[in-house]
Order: sequence, then C-alpha cells, then structure tokens
Amino acid sequence: MDEKLKTELSKQGIFATSLQELYNWGRRSSLWPLNFGLACCAIEMIATTMARYDLARFGAEVFRPSPRQADLMIVAGTVTKKMAPQVVRLYNQMPEPKYVISMGACAISGGPFKQGYNVLKGIDRYIPVDVYIPGCPPRPEALIDAFIMLQKKIDEQHLTGESRPRHLTAGQPSEFVVPRFGAHDLEPTQNPEVWQAPLVQISKAGTDDSRND
Amino acid sequence: MTNGLYLPVIVLLLAAVAFALTPLLLAWLWARFYSPHKPGPSKNAVYECGLESEGDAWIQFKPGYYLYGIIFLIFDVEAVFLLPFAVAFTGFSLGESISMLIFLLLLVEGLVWAYQKKVLVWT
Repeated sequence: MDEKLKTELSKQGIFATSLQELYNWGRRSSLWPLNFGLACCAIEMIATTMARYDLARFGAEVFRPSPRQADLMIVAGTVTKKMAPQVVRLYNQMPEPKYVISMGACAISGGPFKQGYNVLKGIDRYIPVDVYIPGCPPRPEALIDAFIMLQKKIDEQHLTGESRPRHLTAGQPSEFVVPRFGAHDLEPTQNPEVWQAPLVQISKAGTDDSRND
Repeated sequence: MTNGLYLPVIVLLLAAVAFALTPLLLAWLWARFYSPHKPGPSKNAVYECGLESEGDAWIQFKPGYYLYGIIFLIFDVEAVFLLPFAVAFTGFSLGESISMLIFLLLLVEGLVWAYQKKVLVWT
C-alpha cells in the first residue's frame, strides 16, 4: 500500500495495514530473549531488564530459561572455547525466527582476551549475528539501542520474495555446525558458511572494497 | 423451558472453544503457508540446556521405592485412625468394635501380602 495514502487514511482515523506489517509488528514487539549470560556483560544485561532501564518498555522483559521459548539470544560476555559448543547448541535449539545480539567486545572479537588461548575470537564465527554492540561492558543504554536497532531490522523484513529472511526460506538451515572441543582448538575453528577470515593485505588497504558489506 | 436456560451456557462454551482453537488454527495456517518446517538433531534433542543430550527421555525406574512409599503412606494414614480408636476403645459398642477390627484386619492382610511379595526387602 502507498505510504502517502496510508498517512492520509490515518489522518481520517482509518488504520490500514498489511499482513507483513502485522507480522513484523507482532514479532518485534514481543522478542523473548534467552535467559543466558556468560560473563560481566550479563550483569549489564540484567540491569537493563530491571526497573531503572526497564527493557519491558520494548516488549522484551520475558527472559525465557529455555531456548525452545526464546527468539533472541544476547551473547553477553566472553565466549570461552569450552563454552562455544554449548552456545551454538543453544542457538540451534531456538525456534525460528531467531536473532542474535553480540554484546560487548568479547562476544564480538574476544575483546581483552583475544590473545588468550582459551577464548573464542567472536561468536560470529559460528552463528549469524544481527547486531553488534561494542563496549567493555556496554552500558544498558547501548543494549537498548541495539534492541531498537534489531526491532527496526525486523520491521523491514519481507514476508515473500528474494529478500525475505533466512527463516522463511525452506532451503536455508536452521541449525549450524556445533564445534567440538578438540585437543588443541575447536573443530572446526569457524563455520565457513557464516564467517570467513577477512582479507588483510596492507598494500591494498583503502583500495580493496570487496569486503565492505 | 429448561433447554432455554442452558442456551447461554452453550453459547459461552462454544465461544470459549473458539477462543482457544482460533489462534491455534491461525498459527497452523501461518506455518503451512509461510514458515517452513525446520527440525534438526539439536532442536529435537531431549535436553535443552546447551549440553549434549544422552539417551532417551523414556527411562525406567525400579518401582521399589514407589511400593515402599505407598505402604508407608497407607500405614501413616492408618495411625491417624488408630490413635482415636485406642483412646475411645472402652466406649465402643460391639458393632463398632467389629467394624474397626475388620479395618485393622484388612490392613494387616495388606502388610502380609507386601511381606510375601518382598516389597519390604530393599534390594
């Protein structure tokens, strides 16, 4: 429906919508995060849900203790290599549609522990991440910002057509490979379908725009 | 006349059933037309807390504790009856005494049965 026509109708007190908008409105207004914290960022996540910051204003106060009932995973904290298989498995166990917020420097890249032998250098090596929030830890406002960003992203998703999200396409997987805690490192060290090591060539710095997506 | 009285109840019942079934039907239709079914080994796992599931949810327990617990419960309740029975023993008529003794006999019979079935032996 034409946006102008819709605005004109709403001025006359007539509310018009489409099935897609209704669907997206329903999903974005009742995102249920998984009750799941890994490290210090989880404390900020808990603070976000409490009265002072009050994530309930955005319809996300229902933290579910079971992945079967959750549709948003907030990876809040350092993902150790010991914990990574469990995180991926939890993500696999969530029903579609599911979203991931990578909260804090550790969940994005390993953060201050990036050089450590036991820390995963970013959860996006195994599962698709929707919103990244930098910070160590990010303040509750940052998490709320990420949340609103995710809501905007959901609002723009199409129900049909080529650009529809992954969960509406039959061929796209719902589960991702769960790494195994091997003798030296996680096996595999990353899921190539989700993440590939960025090309670093100093001589091409600033000129190579193949990975600017 | 009485049938007319029940009409509002029937209407409310139908409304209640429709209220429960309509969202389920809508969800089913939605899943059928838009959302493809995507099961998987992790998703269908028995245990859902990130750790790998082992075995089946349908495991069998020994009934020993269950039988033991039931017998304890029966004699626990029996004690509640026995205490007033003992206190008021001298004031009973013949009929009351006999019925109470039959009650006791049934319980003792149950205990003998349990003893013969070796329920009281914990192995």
